[in-house]
This record gives sequence, C-alpha cells and structure tokens, in this order.
Amino acid sequence: MLVLEDVNVYYGAIHALKGISFEVNQGEIVTLIGSNGAGKSTSLKTISGLLRPKTGKITFKGENLAIVAPQTIVSKGISQVPEGRRVFANMTVIENLELGAYLRKDKTEISKALQHVYELFPRLLERNKQISGTLSGGEQQMLAMGRALMSRPELLLLDEPSMGLAPILVKQIFSIIKEINASGTTVLLVEQNAHMALSIANRAYVLETGKIVLSGDAKELAASEEIRKAYLGG
Amino acid sequence: MDSITTQVFQQIINGLSLGSIYALIALGYTMVYGIIKLINFAHGDVMMVGAYAGWFAITALHLPFLPALLFSMIFCALLGVIIERIAYKPLRNATRIAALITAIGVSLFLEYGGMLIVTAQVRTYPPVFPATQYIVGGVYFKYGDIVMLVTAVVLMALLHFTVQYTKVGKAMRAVSFDKEAALLMGINTNNIISFTFAIGSALAAAAGVLMGVYFNTINPLMGIIPGLKAFVAAVLGGIGIIPGAMVGGLMLGLVEAIVSGLGASTWRDAVAFLILILVLIIKPSGLFGKNVREKV
Repeated sequence: MLVLEDVNVYYGAIHALKGISFEVNQGEIVTLIGSNGAGKSTSLKTISGLLRPKTGKITFKGENLAIVAPQTIVSKGISQVPEGRRVFANMTVIENLELGAYLRKDKTEISKALQHVYELFPRLLERNKQISGTLSGGEQQMLAMGRALMSRPELLLLDEPSMGLAPILVKQIFSIIKEINASGTTVLLVEQNAHMALSIANRAYVLETGKIVLSGDAKELAASEEIRKAYLGG
Repeated sequence: MDSITTQVFQQIINGLSLGSIYALIALGYTMVYGIIKLINFAHGDVMMVGAYAGWFAITALHLPFLPALLFSMIFCALLGVIIERIAYKPLRNATRIAALITAIGVSLFLEYGGMLIVTAQVRTYPPVFPATQYIVGGVYFKYGDIVMLVTAVVLMALLHFTVQYTKVGKAMRAVSFDKEAALLMGINTNNIISFTFAIGSALAAAAGVLMGVYFNTINPLMGIIPGLKAFVAAVLGGIGIIPGAMVGGLMLGLVEAIVSGLGASTWRDAVAFLILILVLIIKPSGLFGKNVREKV
C-alpha cells in the first residue's frame, strides 16, 4: 500500500533520513520504533508531504507521493496524528473535528464519520462544545485521533500517541488503535514506547540515526535479545 | 440637556465615527499579523488606494455610494492578494525583520508610485450624502456619520460571521494557530493566507472610502497617520485578536474625540501614540490578549 524506497531527507545540512526503505501493507499495523532523533517523526512528516525527500521514492497505492502537495496527500487517503497532538487549542472540540473533514464535501458522509468518531471516543461527544485547549492530555490525544479519522483515511499515521500520558490512558489509546485497525484502517505507528507498540503491531522497523537497522515480525522482535536490551529496558 | 452633556455626547458620536474607520483598518493589521505574524506597514497605503478607487468610481464612473464602496473593496482585495504573492510570499520562511522591511518598502512603493499616477495634488471627494442633520436632544447626527457607522458595523458583523461560522473562517483560525497542523487537515494554507489579505485589504478600502467621505479630501500620503493609528488600535486591543481590533479602534477614536473636545486637538496624535507606549509598558499583549497557554 505504502512503499518507501531509499528515501533521503535533509534538514539543511543535516542528513536526517539516510536512505530508508520500508513498506506498509493493507490492513496491517506497522510500527517504527527507535530513540529520540532516530528519524521516526521525520519519516511521517515526509510521507505527509511536510518535508520533501531529496532522493528516493514514496508511493501510495502505486502513486508517487514525493511530488504532491500535503492537501492532495490527505485527499488520497493518508491522515496524520502529529506528535504532541497539535489540536487547535483555541477552537472547540466539534470545530476541530469539522476541520478534520475539511476536504470532504458530502454532508451525510461527514456526519457518518462524526458518528464513528463519537463511538470510538464517547468523551469527545460529552466535551463537544468545550474549547479544546482546556481538555486533559488524554482527551486531546483522543481529539487529535478523532480529527484525523474525520477524513476517513485508508492509512492512519500516528506519531507518539502515548507521549505524556498515564499508563492507564496509554493502554486505552492502544486498544482504540487496534479497534481502528480492525474496522479497516491501515496504521503506521511511531513510538518510543517500544513495548506497547510491539504488543499491537504486526510488523516493526527499528530506526537508528536515520537508518533502519532491524525489521521483522513484531512478536519476534519483542522477544529478541537485541531489542530487549536496547529498547525494552533489559 | 445642559450644554456640557450635549458636548460630551457630540464628541462620543464624532469619536465613534472616526473610531469605526480606525477599527476597519486595524482589523486588516490584526488579521494579517494573526496569520503570518507580519506587521503589514503597507496596510495604511492600501487604504489610500481604496480611497482613490472609491473616488474614481464616484467621479469618473458616476457610481452611487454603495457600488463605489464595493468597487473599491474588490479592487483592493485583488491588490492585497497581489502584494502578498509578490512581496511577502517569497519571504515566508525568511526572518521576520526581512518581511517587515519589505512591508515598509511596499508602503513607500504605494505612496510614491501612487503619486506618480495620481499626482501629489489633493483631490476632493464629491458630497455623496445629503447634508441632512438630525438633532436628538441637542446632539447633531449627520446623515453621513450614520451611514458610516452602519457601514462599519455591518462589515464587522460580516467579518465576525465569516471567521466564526464559515468553513473558510475556521480554516483561517486553524492556519493562524498552527500552520503545519492545518496542512495535515488538507487545508491549502497559501490560499487561506491570500484570502486573509483579500479580506483585510477590502476592509481597508472601505475605511478609505469612508475616510474620503468624512474628511472630503484625499492625497497619496493620507494612509500614513491613520495606518499608524490603526496599528496602535490593533496593539491596544491585542494584536492578532479580531474583537480586540474592533474595540481598540473605537476606543482610540473616542479618546481622540474627547481630547479634541477638551480643546487640545493639536495633542490628538500625541495622545494616540502615548496610548501605544502605555500599552507596551503595562500590558503588551493588549486588552484582549491572553498569556499563551503552554501546550504539552
């Protein structure tokens, strides 16, 4: 579904992604794990078109993404929940969700998507009219995810959904990610919490300083000695 | 009513008329600042171009007030978009000082380019309104004052509705809050920025036409002082905050009218800039400004 081939991305003189290649197949949960600065968020930003690869190919369902504008990428069915949630804190919950459906025209389809989001996150319905800056961290994460789902993406990119959340909330968020995946959305998950990420993913790639150093079945990686030492705290 | 109360009311009416013009200009400053963090110092000159466009529509095209107002607003909306695309867009990722200097350049370009086209000669606005005056309790309401106030209030209400309730308005607020997150929603941020310039410039054009009607004369440098004062109004209300610009403009107009009413009209401009200094010392975020909440 999504294929990255030998992608190189630079921030000015800094070589952030050094020829990475990976793929995400329809229906999967794939996770990118690795420590701070490994290039996980950079990968997602490049897929969404916020950053441009200097060389390399990104294709989504056979179409080249490396040359299209961010808004076109959204319309092709890729939606991102950015790191740090990035909700529009000055706007209400419902306004945030409406913006998620910005490119959609069909009113009945939008209200269906809204129903689906409210089913996944009943808390958002309760807080509908609240200014989203006043929500708790967990609620903001739910809002950011709900907002991304409003465009009915085929591929959902999630950047550190567990960041700054209490363990019980992390569990809740991850079970909702599984639910989203079960209802037909492919998921590419970036996480520092490798333990949680590997527990729900089908496959995983390990990033280190802009390169993929390991990849494979999530359960096998979780069991491997190397990963346990480096990312799962022994 | 005794004469002092009448005097006070009279000055309030004058202040609100002038203040509504400041408010219309201040809105453009504040919207542009809100969306690309640029103090668009050419904004007052866009108002001047609006005044000339209105004057042209009335004298050469023989349009009545409202169509002339509309003509001027559309003309300046286009001008605003062109200025943004040519002068500011290439500097989107440059330092803020570079964009600011460019804005001053655009301002000088409009002032002296304007002089080249329309000459430095002062033009007189034809009387578009009947000289009717209404007297209520000793206070004079000129027909023109009422039309001006109503025009300004209608435009501000329209703007408020657009920003709060329409899709493009919500996109404007989203882009102003977080451009990258807005891109992830599929919002074409360049179009939204252009749209913001179009609206802000159209409001400035309306202010220009009203200014021409109010003061009767226009010249290519007429945008400088009202532009600076509208900037003061925007800072007073809290730059980037739309209701702040409206209230700031009206307050500044009132203060000026009261200072004039006290017989110190030569101090009017000084008082306006004194307000700027006081705001910057006491509450730099302005009357409506909030401390920005740290997002975790």
